[in-house]
This record gives sequence, structure tokens and C-alpha cells, in this order.
Amino acid sequence: MKDDVKDRNAPQSPARRRLLAGGAAAGGLLGAGALGLSGGLKAARAATAPAAADSLPPAVPDWTRYLGAGVDAHPYGMPSEHEAKVVRRSVEWLTATRESSVNFTPLYALDGFVTPNGLCFERHHGGLAEVDPAEHRLMIHGLVDRPLLFTVEDLKRFPQENRFYFLECAANSGMEWHGAQLNGVQYTHGMVHCVQYTGVSLRTLLKEVGLKDKAAWVLAEGADAAAMTRSIPLEKALDDCLVAYSMNGERLRPEQGYPIRLVVPGWEGNTWVKWLRRLELGDQPWYQREETSKYTDLLPNGKARMFTWVMDAKSVITSPAPELPMQQEGPVVIKGLAWSGHGAIKRVDVTVDGGINWQTAQLHGPVLPKCLTRFTFDWVWDGKPALLQSRCIDETGYVQPTMAALQEKRGVNSIYHNNSIQTWQINENGSVENVRLG
Amino acid sequence: MSVWDKARWATLLTATALSLAMLGGLSVHPARAAEQRYGLGTPATPEEIAGWNIDVRPDGLGLPEGSGSVADGEQIFLERCAACHGEFGEGAGRFPVLMGGQGTLDKAAPVKTIGSYWPYASTVWDYVHRAMPFGDAESLSADETYAVVAYLLNINDIVGDDFVLTKENLPKIVMPNAKGFFTMDAPEFQPYEPCMKDCKKEVKVIGHARVIDVTPDKPAGAGVE
Repeated sequence: MKDDVKDRNAPQSPARRRLLAGGAAAGGLLGAGALGLSGGLKAARAATAPAAADSLPPAVPDWTRYLGAGVDAHPYGMPSEHEAKVVRRSVEWLTATRESSVNFTPLYALDGFVTPNGLCFERHHGGLAEVDPAEHRLMIHGLVDRPLLFTVEDLKRFPQENRFYFLECAANSGMEWHGAQLNGVQYTHGMVHCVQYTGVSLRTLLKEVGLKDKAAWVLAEGADAAAMTRSIPLEKALDDCLVAYSMNGERLRPEQGYPIRLVVPGWEGNTWVKWLRRLELGDQPWYQREETSKYTDLLPNGKARMFTWVMDAKSVITSPAPELPMQQEGPVVIKGLAWSGHGAIKRVDVTVDGGINWQTAQLHGPVLPKCLTRFTFDWVWDGKPALLQSRCIDETGYVQPTMAALQEKRGVNSIYHNNSIQTWQINENGSVENVRLG
Repeated sequence: MSVWDKARWATLLTATALSLAMLGGLSVHPARAAEQRYGLGTPATPEEIAGWNIDVRPDGLGLPEGSGSVADGEQIFLERCAACHGEFGEGAGRFPVLMGGQGTLDKAAPVKTIGSYWPYASTVWDYVHRAMPFGDAESLSADETYAVVAYLLNINDIVGDDFVLTKENLPKIVMPNAKGFFTMDAPEFQPYEPCMKDCKKEVKVIGHARVIDVTPDKPAGAGVE
């Protein structure tokens, strides 16, 4: 150990330094998984202890003394190796295959309201379609005056819209109906993301093909191996839908539908057809698999709600969370996200005693409709057990329900549209866990 | 669901055209503006549309000519489908169960299958043709699809062993759960002003995710007991 310290203090060539740094990076990666859910105040404190005292003042760290890598070391920039644990993660037992499956956005590690493209959760029904944009077309046909084929380049020549929207899978929090099940906000709430989309208004495209009088529904179809389809009422298609080709300023990621996807603001993610290849106009819905056998909400009486497209108002505290145990007593910023498919978030309240008393949190702008909204609440932790919840209200006055209120309406078997209030229990040792209140 | 309203569409179009015109400094008469197009895209030919237009509706619109028997369907199912769905649609591993479950929808553990849950036979035809077999989509011919769907209806006691499914009789099939769905005509919750102070007397924790212990990436030795 002493030798090690001595060695660290000795001058070294940049090559030797890089070698050492590489070793440290590999160690960091291996240890990354353990950081995610480690509980306990001691563990948390150990994790934040400095790895090498020779970088702290008054010492001059290596990165201050030696030159770093030149430009183009990473032509497409990547996050710091110290953030290697911040990745999408999946729950293997949830699905039969990896191709028809889902993973989750690491909400606990994010700030602001914009999700980085590479962290937006994935949901595929037939695997990730790798589409060559030159060989891709959008076909619009059916009850139209002029059935047309558009190239991606054609679509970029239409007037452009740039809009932020959240996208939430209807099954987000779907594993929590029967009780607190997954111990991490990434898993309980990570089927949501929020990016800025660039594209053409669907209204503009429908005007281009011309609508027949009887046209009342649009069938959107993907070019993936599931040829995923959803029926969308024309009223919504003409309202605020987009055919997007970019997200957060760059072309769509393949896993988000490259080269084009449908954007259906405020509606369940399944309607946002990726790898969009076809829009058909018809006079009635098609009752496709994803709007009958799936994405319908079974009630206790055996009947199921159908066409429940809008994602109701929902919020969650993203820190502290099971992945982010309490570090120490004293000041702490409670952070979270709120969103509503009906419009803008008006207010978020936070409780630290399981809902006996509530206080209003601060909203951080921009507060946009159908968009994630960041909230914070400054708190002082006294080191005692606490029960944290957030509750949002949207501009229509809708109040996020408790799980008990939701179950009264829906029972426990509806799978989809669980927008209930989430509880995190803070234990005396600083660990944070997903609990259900009675 | 509100009905499509022509008047609103006209207003919307005019408004869009007006704002476009103002932005571009153009003077376009509102009535003409509704007709404004960009002239982009190329006509889709009937042949091109036919290749991609594979959707089928409950009234049979979109069904191709063809037919298939339960017996033929059983053979195809055994070769192409049973590896995942089981020989009788009972499901293998976590792959979907395709038969049974009738009478369970209002029970504690509902089993949602083609027979117990799916409202329309057309959806089965559409989905089998569009996305199955998993990993070899659109590989079944029209006749093969009719046959597989006939077999799936048969193992759910919806048609007899000698049944031959056709373009003509498919839309007439009434699925057991055809009346099992409804659309919401009112909001689930009404707005209200929530309580902020002394909202309840006590708080009780009734469940812990940690106890269920199904969270992935749980490091060895982590967690506080």
C-alpha cells in the first residue's frame, strides 16, 4: 500500500498514466453494478470516499499536470466513464424474448426535463428494425384524394415543427398494481422519456394527400418485424401529431424509430409508431392486436376499457430513490418529475410523512404541456425514518390519485395506466425502498 | 370519443393557412389557402399499395381470397407455431397462451387468450399474417393463414373440427368476448382541491418491494436488513 502511494506520487510518462487510468476505468465498470442499489448509510459514504488522496488539495491531480487526449478521441462524444452505471436496464423475467421486450430509463440519475437520446427507454415488439432511409418510404393511402409515397427527404422539405413531448408507455408502473414490487425508480417509472422532436405536422401531410369526406380514422403502421399498428382517430391526427425525423437535435436513434416515427402528444407510447411506413385513412377503427388484446384495461367485473389513449397526470420522486440512498443527515434536495397527457402541470405537492401533511414543491421551467416537468423540494433530513411521496395536479384540475383510489376504480388487473402516487420509505440507515401504504 | 367534425377541420385548415400566409408574407385568399399543397411525394401505385396494405378489419375489409381448414391449420401450427405456443396453444415458457381462460376475466388471475379475450376473429387473421411466426413475418400464405386461424378458433371451441374458414365466413364469427369492451364516456376522476394538512391520522406500510426481491442487478450483500 505504501509503495502504491509512493508510485502514485512519482512522475510518470503520459503513456504509463493512460495505462493506469485504463485499469482504473475497467475497475470502475466492474464495480458499477454494485453502486446502483447498494443500501445503507455506511455503504453510501464509502462509495463517495476519494479513491486517491493524491488528487485532492493540496495535491495537483494527474489531469491537471498531464495533457489529455486530443480532439477526435471520441468523434461521437460519450459520457464520462465514471457514469458508466447510468444506462438503460431491463427486467429479464418480464418478457419471453429480448426482441419483444422493454428496458427502462435511469430516471434517478437525470436532471432537468430532457432525456438524453441514448437513455430513452426501448420497447420493441419485433426487435430493433435497422432501416436504410434511402430504401424507406411513408405511404399514405385509403380514403384520400391522392395516395402518395414520401421519401424521408420529401418529409424534410415540409414546414418544420420543433416540440418537446414526454412519451410514456401505457404499462409504465404496470408491475406495481398488486403491491410494491420493483425496488428502483428506474424500474417502477422508467418507461417514460422526454425529448424535443423535429418533424412535419401530420395535419400538413394529410392535407397534401387530401381527405375523403368519410375519413375518420388513421391506421399507423411500422416497418419493423411486428409491422406494429394502431388506429388513431382523425381528430387527434389533425390536432398535434407529428411525423418526426429528429430528437434532441439529431436524427432519431434506431431504437426510437429511425428514420421516422409518429409523435402522438400525451397519448400512450404504443400509439407513437416507430419506423413509420404507412398511414391509411378509413371510416372506422381496425381493432388491431395492440388495441384489443393489449393496451386495454381489464376491470374487476371482467369488462375492459378500450381506447384509453391519454396518459393521466403522474409524478414521482427520482431522488432520493432506492438507487440513491441518503448520504447524511441535513439538507437534501428532493427531486422529481411530473407530467400529464392532458396539458401542463400546474402544481406538485410533496409529503415526507406518508401523506399526513403536504407542501408545495418548486416547478422548474419551462413548464410545457404534455412534457416532463422537473420539480424540487428543499428538505432537511433529521436521520429518522420518513415516507416520501409526490402528488401532481395538471391544468385541468386532475389530481394524481393514490393507489387505493385507483384500485377502487380499476381493481388490480388492468396492467396499463397506473398513474398512482409512489411511496419511498427512507430508513434510519439511509436506505430507500419502494413500499405500499395501506 | 367525439365524432369527426367537418366544420372544425375547415376552421383548422383556414387557420393554418392564414398563419402560414402571414409568416411568409404571402397574400392568399383563405378559401384558396385551404387547397394549398406543397406538391411533394410521388403517387403510390395500386401495386405498391397492395404490397403493404395488409390490414384486416372486423367487417372483413382487407381479407384476401382464400380458405383453410382446421385440419390443415393443425399441421401448420405444429410446424410453425407450437415451439413457442405449445401444441394446443397452451403456451411454452413465457410465450403467450392462445387457448382457454374463458370465465376467468373477472377472477383474481384472469387468463387473456384469443378465446377468452380477443373481441374479433379478424384481429387474429391480421396479426398472424402480419407478425407471425415470430421472426418470420408475412411468410404464411393467405390459405395457410386461414388454416392457422381456423385451428386457433377450434382449440378455443369457437368452431368445430370440420370447419373451413373463408373470406366470406370470417367476418360472421362471433367471438366469446365480443361484448367485453367499452369506451369511457366520462373522466375517471373529477377535479378537486386536495388536503394539505392533517390529512389522515395514521400511516401504515403494508408492502415492501425489498421483501418480494425480484429487482434485477441486486448486488450481493447489498440491501439493509
